[in-house]
Amino acid sequence: MSLLELKNVSKIYGELHALDNVSLKVEKGEWVSIMGPSGSGKSTMMNIIGCMDKPTKGEVLLDGVDISKESSKNLTTIRRDKIGLIFQQFHLVNYLTALENVMLAQYYHSIPDEKEAMEALERVGLADRAKHLPSQLSGGEQQRVCVARALINHPEIILADEPTGNLDEANEKVVVDLFHKLHDEGTTLVVVTHDPEVAEVAQRMIVLRSGRLSKEVVNRNFTGKIKLEDNN
Amino acid sequence: MKKRRMYFKMITASLMRRRSRMIVALLSIAIGATVLSGLLTIYYDVPRQLGAQFRNYGANMILTSTEENLSLEDVDQAVSVIKSGDVVGVAPYRYENVRINEIPVVAAGTQMSGAKSTSPYWSVEGEWPAQNGELMVGAKVADKFRLKQGDSIAVSFTPDEKDTNDEVVVDSSIDFKITGILDTGGSEEEYVYMSLDDLEELTGDKGIVNIAELSVSAQSDELIAYADTISNSVSSVSARLVKRVTASETTVLTKLQALVLLVTIVVLALTMICVFTTMAAVVAERRKEIGLRKAIGASDKSIIAEFVGESMLLGLLGGILGTVLGFIFAQQVSVNVFGSSISFRPLLIPITIFASMAVTALSSLLPIRSATDVDPALVLKGE
Ligand SMILES: Nc1ncnc2c1ncn2[C@@H]1O[C@H](COP(=O)(O)OP(=O)(O)OP(=O)(O)O)[C@@H](O)[C@H]1O
Ligand SMILES: [Mg+2]
Repeated sequence: MSLLELKNVSKIYGELHALDNVSLKVEKGEWVSIMGPSGSGKSTMMNIIGCMDKPTKGEVLLDGVDISKESSKNLTTIRRDKIGLIFQQFHLVNYLTALENVMLAQYYHSIPDEKEAMEALERVGLADRAKHLPSQLSGGEQQRVCVARALINHPEIILADEPTGNLDEANEKVVVDLFHKLHDEGTTLVVVTHDPEVAEVAQRMIVLRSGRLSKEVVNRNFTGKIKLEDNN
Repeated sequence: MKKRRMYFKMITASLMRRRSRMIVALLSIAIGATVLSGLLTIYYDVPRQLGAQFRNYGANMILTSTEENLSLEDVDQAVSVIKSGDVVGVAPYRYENVRINEIPVVAAGTQMSGAKSTSPYWSVEGEWPAQNGELMVGAKVADKFRLKQGDSIAVSFTPDEKDTNDEVVVDSSIDFKITGILDTGGSEEEYVYMSLDDLEELTGDKGIVNIAELSVSAQSDELIAYADTISNSVSSVSARLVKRVTASETTVLTKLQALVLLVTIVVLALTMICVFTTMAAVVAERRKEIGLRKAIGASDKSIIAEFVGESMLLGLLGGILGTVLGFIFAQQVSVNVFGSSISFRPLLIPITIFASMAVTALSSLLPIRSATDVDPALVLKGE
């Protein structure tokens, strides 16, 4: 069984078909990137997979559960337990420190554990910035805090909507390297990006156009860990 | 346990690290709490203050005899009916016709310390008589005889002719030193005041007076009860109240307390509106943060719990601040209006803090409710 399966999913706003009859399977542990021009429905699809929006038509199976039929209360629970979210803008609570922002995800999920949160910050290379407020961190550092927060609860799937959109090349590489590590550990990744370089490192690339799946490319060169070591 | 710590950390961080924002909310709550605690303090203290104030206007009970003369024992018996702590002063008065330079004048014999406390508004130029042989002269009498403080004069008394039959009438006379001139604007200015002892020596008979004035510290219904008890239990004494003062004391009190209460309610309502708008602004401003929290898994319940916690904390801080400022405020009012300091009521601390927290939580309810309407999808999209 696939971890994620979209069956003939449409999202319709009035006349506009933001998603038009999209079907897609993502296997457990897979790394998929989604590309497409602005307005093609990438974020709409991510919102639906991320349990923050419901499709107008179709079924969305996440870990065997049809999330298109769940109440918003259950969706919150599913999102909390199974999904890690990373956004284009580095969304952090601005009056909490880096560490507290990571612990916030633990707090809503189960029990805040400072040691574990600290380890997550270490993984993204920010142990020494733990007590800084977001305003005291660079954009790249803030995005790394977001990554730490997304992975803290060991989600089944990480959804990243243009995670490198506001980063320079150096920080982009740090984030992509983190994705490699997560992938090696078996985390499922779905990454929306405009950047071909970020898209190409994934196992599979999907292109949306006007709400439809227009192209699917399997990366024959994908080598996982080895690729990461090449980059280093 | 750990979860609760994180909760408190979050709500305190939200207040402490977003200081400039929250200070506006805190100020409005603190001002409301200040006025509340200040006015409540005054509200509770006004009866005491006003009581003292009205007692300045003199005796509020008069004892007279149901027969001819009032004996001093009767007065003592009547006074013993009243709770001793409530008796502010007792002044027995005996009036006799005496003569100064062969011209008739009314002399009043009294116990000076008692008269001083039942007639505190009397203004005396010089001193009240402190011992026998000293005389206080009404301003009109002083004018008539051209008397001034320090003068010595003889006061003489002629016994009633009926009592002495045909025997030679012998005048008695005492030399007095004038210690003060009494200025009241009333009929008291036409009398001379001496100690009861002196007047008894002058007249030769003891133990009787015409009336006794009492100043009693009590509300009007208590006063009525005292007067009734005295009239009933001491048969030779009739007690009556000086109505004008006691009745107006109660009326003024009721009106003043009603006014204070009304102002308190208005201020509380204004505080609520202020807190409401501030919290609404805070929620609107934090829509993004709320969406983010929801996106990473916050339930509606935890969003509400966080905002309620923040508003309760604000209410607590504002309440504490308000209690302190309110007492200072009440103290200022008391000193400036009543000329005396206020008694501190510890009970007002929890009342003010609780009211401030309740008002804050209540007026935050609607804005907080709207916080749960935020759509987390908007955050992901970058709104
Ligand atoms: N709430 C909404 N109401 C109406 N139309 C919407 C709504 N949300 C999205 N749309 C429309 O749906 C279409 C797809 O939007 P979406 O945000 O998914 O695009 P996208 O592929 O993420 O674009 P971008 O690369 O610019 O982020 C757009 O035309 C957008 O205007
Ligand atoms: Mg988008």
